Amino acid sequence: MTSQTKSPAYLGKIAAHSTLLVICVVAFVPFFWMLSTSLKTLPAIMAKTQTILPHPFQWHNYLDVFRNEKANFLLWTRNTLVIAVLGVTGTTLSSAVAAYGFARLRFRGRNALFIIMLSTMMLPFPVTMVSLFSLFRWLGDHTGMAWLGTFKPLWVPLWFGSAFNIFLLRQFFITIPNELSESARIDGCSEFGIFWRIIMPLSKPALAVVALFAFLSIWNDFLGPLVYLQRPEQFTLVLGLQNFQSKAGGTSWHLLMAASVLVILPALLLFFLAQKSFIEGIATTGMKG
Amino acid sequence: MRGMAFLSPWLIGFFAFTLIPIVMSLYYSFCDYSLLQPPLFKGLQNYRLLFRDPVFWKVLINTAIYAAMALPLGLIAALGMAMLLNLKIRGQSIYRTIIFLPSLVPAAASAMLWLWLFNAKLGLINVVLRAVGFVNTPGWLTDVHWAMPALVLMSVWGIGNTVIIFLAGLQDVPRELYEAASIDGATALRRAWHVTLPMISPIIFFNLVIGIIGTLQVFVLPFIMTQGGPARSTYFYTMYLYDNAFSYLKMGYANAMAWVQLLIVLALTALAAWSSKRWVHYQGN
Repeated sequence: MTSQTKSPAYLGKIAAHSTLLVICVVAFVPFFWMLSTSLKTLPAIMAKTQTILPHPFQWHNYLDVFRNEKANFLLWTRNTLVIAVLGVTGTTLSSAVAAYGFARLRFRGRNALFIIMLSTMMLPFPVTMVSLFSLFRWLGDHTGMAWLGTFKPLWVPLWFGSAFNIFLLRQFFITIPNELSESARIDGCSEFGIFWRIIMPLSKPALAVVALFAFLSIWNDFLGPLVYLQRPEQFTLVLGLQNFQSKAGGTSWHLLMAASVLVILPALLLFFLAQKSFIEGIATTGMKG
Repeated sequence: MRGMAFLSPWLIGFFAFTLIPIVMSLYYSFCDYSLLQPPLFKGLQNYRLLFRDPVFWKVLINTAIYAAMALPLGLIAALGMAMLLNLKIRGQSIYRTIIFLPSLVPAAASAMLWLWLFNAKLGLINVVLRAVGFVNTPGWLTDVHWAMPALVLMSVWGIGNTVIIFLAGLQDVPRELYEAASIDGATALRRAWHVTLPMISPIIFFNLVIGIIGTLQVFVLPFIMTQGGPARSTYFYTMYLYDNAFSYLKMGYANAMAWVQLLIVLALTALAAWSSKRWVHYQGN
């Protein structure tokens, strides 16, 4: 052993690596166990001694999840996707419009409104939960179409911008050089034209991050669907998962884990496809201070 | 005018889905309101009943205990991990990815996974504990004393977001500061205490406020995993509020609870902001 290998810096590196390894194992084991359980047979789960890997691998657990008479995961996936497509499109477009106003235009009251907008992010959902429920009930009585028990309460509000997305997009829009807008203005381009033809195409990475976060928040939302949806045919995937667990839980852990893997998979796939923008987007949220 | 035109979608939404609901919720909190009949003004009755309601105090104390455990534990663990991830060693992007992954898991799926891990008889945690020699392994989620700590422990699993925000802050600390401190003979520990912590204190403050708001609203995991049990040991504020609104149809009462919750959040945030004058350092001020 040379003196180099015994130096404090070297020992420090070893200590850092081992600590990080332990943390990563703890973070990863739950994923591994879920996947392993999802491929086991029922007797294997109930056995006194559990094996680390499934033996035999029971791949048809995943088919059984879809064929289960207590659940309708295909329909629930479709429901979630419908809400997600409508909601993501709406919040990305409407948040971009508002963010443009906050980032690129000067007018009286702008800063005050911006602060009001940021502070709405702090509002606990329970404060508006009951009133929103009454509002959608009232809309149902006065617009000639049902709102409660439909997807509308889950996606219509998203077409009016959401504070977090407006904030993220504003942070991006203010970095775009003003000369671009100025020369377009001289060429006679309207304000909306500048927004739509110059700022939006330049902001594709930021728009992608917003769309990504919006998709995940819709995909993960539990309380919204719990409050507004009533019949199992309308459930979203996470609400359906909970419904399935309350009916089949306690014994069919292999099926419950297979269903959970299916719920988690899209989020993980999206993350691996767009890892860089993900991390940067989250890092931006801490930069307000 | 053009500015207002661009803001109008958000402004309409703000009035329809935030401001008017807030005002209505304040009004309902003074009413008897069951949804089936129009609200009936009763003055402070809901608030008076609330402060005499033993379940209200129970959920308030449970939520306070949960926040007092989960919030410091989460912040310290996240900051510690971020500091490790900020070291100049190999493999950091892999470590970072694995630490971040759990925060992507939808709360409902996370609940399923941990129900299984915490399972008294077959769960991995007790299987491992028995394998290393523990005899009386706790029932975790079915044990009055262990259900709350179990929820706190699993909350640490999902702090990847906070880690990433801390890490971004750490990477912004100018290297010259560390070099200057090293030249002055500061050890690694003293550099962390006198350079790193003051420099990222605005981000600690940000995560603290976000954490206060989040932990006071804890709902999905206990709702799915314990339904508040056993013996209401994991019955939290938002769960009781939800039950009042949608199980007992006491909408006025639920809104009074929501307003008390909002006031608590505002008071704690103001307290954090007031205290931050002593410990948060903004660069250039």
